[in-house]
Amino acid sequence: MTLPANYFDYPYRRPGMDHDRYPYSNLFKRKPVLWPAGARIALWIVPTLEFFPLDMAPKGVKPPGGLERPFPDYWNYTLRDYGNRVGFARLFRALERRGLKASVAMSSRLAERYPHVLQEVNRLGFELIAHGIDMHHIHATGIAREVEREWIERCLSTLRRLSGQPVKGWYSPAYSESGDTLDLVAAAGCNYVCDWVNDDMPYQLQTKTGSLCAMPHAYEISDLQIFHFYKYKPAQFVEQVMDHFDFLYREAAASGGRIVALSLRPWISGVPHRIAAVEHVLDRLARRAGVWSATGSEILAAWKAQQ
Amino acid sequence: MGTEDPGLYDYLPYYDRPKITWPGGARLAFWCAPNIEHYELDPPLNPSRTSWPRPVPDVLHYAWRDHGNRVGIWRMMDAMDRYGVRGSISLNVAVCDHFPEIAAACRERGWEFFSHGIYNTRYTYNMSEEQERAFIEDVKVSIRKWSGQELAGWLAPALTLTERSMDLLAEAGIIYTLDLFHDDQPLPVNVRSGRLISVPYSLEINDFTSLFQGNATPRDYTDAIKAQFDRLYQEGADNGQVMCLPLHPFLIGQPHRLRQFEAALDYITSHDKVWLATGREIAGYYLTHHYDAFQAAIAAGKKRGEA
Repeated sequence: MTLPANYFDYPYRRPGMDHDRYPYSNLFKRKPVLWPAGARIALWIVPTLEFFPLDMAPKGVKPPGGLERPFPDYWNYTLRDYGNRVGFARLFRALERRGLKASVAMSSRLAERYPHVLQEVNRLGFELIAHGIDMHHIHATGIAREVEREWIERCLSTLRRLSGQPVKGWYSPAYSESGDTLDLVAAAGCNYVCDWVNDDMPYQLQTKTGSLCAMPHAYEISDLQIFHFYKYKPAQFVEQVMDHFDFLYREAAASGGRIVALSLRPWISGVPHRIAAVEHVLDRLARRAGVWSATGSEILAAWKAQQ
Repeated sequence: MGTEDPGLYDYLPYYDRPKITWPGGARLAFWCAPNIEHYELDPPLNPSRTSWPRPVPDVLHYAWRDHGNRVGIWRMMDAMDRYGVRGSISLNVAVCDHFPEIAAACRERGWEFFSHGIYNTRYTYNMSEEQERAFIEDVKVSIRKWSGQELAGWLAPALTLTERSMDLLAEAGIIYTLDLFHDDQPLPVNVRSGRLISVPYSLEINDFTSLFQGNATPRDYTDAIKAQFDRLYQEGADNGQVMCLPLHPFLIGQPHRLRQFEAALDYITSHDKVWLATGREIAGYYLTHHYDAFQAAIAAGKKRGEA
């Protein structure tokens, strides 16, 4: 066997990244950030409300939780829908009772289908993040640019119209992007994305169309990773989120304000046997001095003002 | 193809072999091998293996790994510094080109640089002999350039090899391979010319196989590290042992795992008769003091018809 000669070409083997979306940056060489009121931790809670259509075809990038059984997959359709009917209500109440803010990522189809959910988002003063049309519209290479542009505009215009919010945050379904996604969401008026899990603080992305930042969306302690993929128990979720928090809380004393992002899907976290663990974590975080509960836009604005 | 045995080593009974001693009367040589890697966003295709589970750009998986170089490595390094544990880095050498400050930090600490190929997305599979020789040479030159060290150790990029790899490594003057998992002690490797030994790495207490593929919680992982240590330390009273702790900054450098990592280092370094070594030091000591006795024992076993 022989590999083609270009297998040994290394076009980006020089200082910097192998793409031009952002430069390399060592977290510990950046200017420390100060959060309002001297808080050490900005607590960014991101309930993620996803609509999985019954007729979604299992092809391309498979979204976690997608319907993969033969049609009609009532098993998975109703389990996901449970989150948007029951689970989210439990989760929102847990946040409301503790006076915590949230940035709710939502499929635009869900906002259209279940107006009550969106009313609750607004009633509680939560920020809305665009999370695509639904979990069948996965942004990935292979989708024509004009098609993707239309998806993004449809999602954002629907959410903005129905909520009355400016909707500045974007979170691609399944954290999946094409090479155009960042340019398209910046052009559509977003100023942050939640798909890049390579940092613990915000950083500036380069786009051809507008100013866009990556917000640190802590994938490893998301309920998706902890419960759905790693299959950990609720007590292990508590341990790991608290370990994550404690570590960053201490790091913040020397290195400046940090962010703890909690990515929660009500079809995972909002079920009866797990919600107590989530509430327990929220109790412990809400009680700590030096924790600033904020939306993504508030955290980003505070960070940007110091760059 | 068509061989049922790689032919790289001969049988040697575990409990009846020459006695390994380590410097200072240590029972155990402990070494820590962080994998310092870069996974290209858009690598060329190798016919035997794709690089990403999703279409390029696979933002989720790329960013997850990139966290190691921006954030995780610095936390991991800080913990190792505090426990006096030097690293022997399993290095994708292109990391030095992309992120010179990472190379500088490892060099300043006196850490060993050994080869993990050029990128973790350039596999050895399907290379011709000539291509593989040139590939090894590229790594040797890079490691000399960035560390001033002569390359001694090799862990194949993404553990991808050809049937010729061990012969070519020996001919290139490499001293030890980490791709063989057949034993807990260093052993001679059969190569067509030159001299090569295997040094124990680990796919059991590797953070990748344990935390990531094996769904171990951070506490499970620390328990496994301690148990591995306890048994090897115990057996090391009779015959010197080697324990390797292989790491990936994108996993161990996550906030929720670092305290557990520190607990593991604290446990290991609180014992006496532990030689905190590098891969090169272990291989060099074995070659000087034990290699001949092991070769003789293997030859004697063959003569007696044991192997």
